[in-house]
Amino acid sequence: MSEHDEIDRVSGRSTTGHEWDGIKELNTPLPRWWVLTFYATIIWAIGYWAVYPAWPLVSGYTTGLFHYSTRASVATDLADLEKLRGQKMAVLGNASLANIEKDPVLLALARARGKTVFADNCAPCHGSGGAGAKGYPNLNDDDWLWGGSLDQIMQTIQFGARSGHAKTHEGQMLAFGRDGILKKDEIVTVANYVRSLSGLSTAPKFDAAAGEKIFTENCTSCHGDAGKGNQELGAPNLTDKIWLYGSDEETLIETITNGRAGVMPAWVGRLDPVTVKALAVYVHSLGGGK
Amino acid sequence: MNKPVPPDELVADEDGPLYAPRKKVFPQSVSGRFRSIKWRLMAVCLGVYYLLPFVRWHRGLGAPDQAVLIDFPNRRFYFFFIELWPQEIYYFTGLLVLAALALFLMNALGGRIWCGYLCPQTVWTDLFYAVERLVEGDRRAQIKADAGPMTAKRAGRRVLKHTIWLMIAWWTGGAWVLYFADAPTLVRDLATFQAPAVAHVWIAMLTASTYSLAGYMREQVCVYMCPWPRIQAALTDEWALNVTYKYDRGEPRCSVKKAFDIRALGEKAGDCIDCNQCVAVCPTGIDIRDGAQLGCIQCGLCIDACDAVMSKVSRKTGLIGYDNDINVQRRIAGKEEIFKPVRARTVVYAGLITVVCAVMLYALMSRTLLDVNVLHDRNPIAVRLSDGAARNGYTLRFLNKRGFDRVIAIDVDGPADAKLHVIGADSVTPDRPMIVLPRDTTTEMRVLVTAPFDEKAEKSVPVTFRVTDIGLGEVASATDHFVLP
Repeated sequence: MSEHDEIDRVSGRSTTGHEWDGIKELNTPLPRWWVLTFYATIIWAIGYWAVYPAWPLVSGYTTGLFHYSTRASVATDLADLEKLRGQKMAVLGNASLANIEKDPVLLALARARGKTVFADNCAPCHGSGGAGAKGYPNLNDDDWLWGGSLDQIMQTIQFGARSGHAKTHEGQMLAFGRDGILKKDEIVTVANYVRSLSGLSTAPKFDAAAGEKIFTENCTSCHGDAGKGNQELGAPNLTDKIWLYGSDEETLIETITNGRAGVMPAWVGRLDPVTVKALAVYVHSLGGGK
Repeated sequence: MNKPVPPDELVADEDGPLYAPRKKVFPQSVSGRFRSIKWRLMAVCLGVYYLLPFVRWHRGLGAPDQAVLIDFPNRRFYFFFIELWPQEIYYFTGLLVLAALALFLMNALGGRIWCGYLCPQTVWTDLFYAVERLVEGDRRAQIKADAGPMTAKRAGRRVLKHTIWLMIAWWTGGAWVLYFADAPTLVRDLATFQAPAVAHVWIAMLTASTYSLAGYMREQVCVYMCPWPRIQAALTDEWALNVTYKYDRGEPRCSVKKAFDIRALGEKAGDCIDCNQCVAVCPTGIDIRDGAQLGCIQCGLCIDACDAVMSKVSRKTGLIGYDNDINVQRRIAGKEEIFKPVRARTVVYAGLITVVCAVMLYALMSRTLLDVNVLHDRNPIAVRLSDGAARNGYTLRFLNKRGFDRVIAIDVDGPADAKLHVIGADSVTPDRPMIVLPRDTTTEMRVLVTAPFDEKAEKSVPVTFRVTDIGLGEVASATDHFVLP
């Protein structure tokens, strides 16, 4: 006798003693093949120790018979991918910027490549979709500091702005207040004048004539007579609805007092020429491209 | 039949072995009505399985001409006139629902007829049994050989049997891979040893599983592995026709001579002569006279065996037959037999099958071969332009499921005075952008919608992109929102 001393009335066989809502389980033996399969899986698992990396050692681990490594296989896959991309990217490299935009296949390829590279390199400042932030231009709109044609965009990506590269875009918004060029009340006046250029409201006691005079003497050399800006110098258009730092009086006073000199790094040498090309097409296709 | 043991007769049994060796089954050959149905169904099932990949279906240039093809590299499933894309996988969900319901209906009508006649496990095991009998002889010869010593002749036969089994198994794996590539090409590549490694791996896997499941595991699959007997037991009812030993007529069992004597005395003798033929032919090695049980796959071979014996002893056939316990009890009580194939359960199953069929058919008929999906930009959601206008960017994905290139025009319905601009497509037709969709593929395009900025307008309005095939007039549309900055 064992613990299985309860007998089922119908079959006359012993039960396991387990009961669920009055239903009892017969003590039926396992089929032998099942048990053998179970042991076979254990032996199989031991085989894994030999074949695959398994046991941690003091410095390192057992690498297994074939030195299998998921990291190495990823590296191989990536190398294969680059090879595969290499052929396609060569086509992209040989096509002109304008032709890439006209060919649906090349455009899709450039946009796919550009999107990835943008997310890796540009998104920290410009945002994942190029929406920008205060001081970092929105690349989706039609307002460009340094020009929005394909060539101009590519030029900017390659050499940056105030990046220190020999070919970089140069241009400086002077610190009119800090350097003592304009007095405090003059700055307030010209700030209101700038607001009036794009139809924004001005302070009640604002003297438009005085503002225009200060503007003409100090600002037009870069921003132009009408305040339309100058892409050669990266001087923004002051008459449109888009403001890089903000259009409220306080921000404008701050801009005029301390100047602005946003920096974009040069990507030439950091990204290969085909990637820069793809990036230019991608940025151009965001919507604002001229 | 198992009868409850009275409590005072209960004896504690030994626990017995922890592991049970497999009971060897040597089914005897049999002929009769159900055997011939099984032969025919086997021929149809295997014929379809082995030959279907070679059936051709012309689809035009550039498309595969195999009637049934699962094209993984190009992510297409071809079934005669139907071509499915991966995103239409829900058709297979429908098929699975249909298969389950058909199984339930079969079960409600005739028990496990799927198991007995159509299940691949049964079909291949049946084929392997046939080979075994052909090479090693019928039941008696096999039992004798199994008990006796291994002779050269017996070893030779055994080698021959396994060789034929392996060839069938290999052919089974070979046919499997033909569903995933152009069959004639793959056959040629296999013959000239140029087939890809993956084909050989799959053939090897299917060969191994066919050989072991049909050659060795056999009824163990049905008894231990398959979930269907458990589900079936929960789904069945007392009206379903199962292979039944009619014990009202068979009991008490006795020989022909003894029955003659007993009947001469005016007492009841059963028709069962206890010849054990029903057990001898059973492919799962059970005794149907013990009543409905898990091991019974209801193939009906015991019916054929019993009918043959009954005819020999000049008794009415049908001692074992598709029947149910209700009728057994009715006959004992002297009442008419009744069969109820039409009852709530079968009507519901049949109704559900009809509904699912109709839904799938409708889905297939109304399936669009031109489609468009829209994804709104997330960063930025909306853009203010230098002239103050508002603009939203979207990614449109077009699906051209036809086998030829087509030209489509894109229109937009949304905010007042909305202007549509498709990147890379505006130079030809600025007013109504048109693009070419290459055949049998998806195309992704970036589009911009610009509208005047109105302070008082709603912050978000629906915008609909309508795509029209210029040639065929097919239309598809997708809706999203236009958001003000």
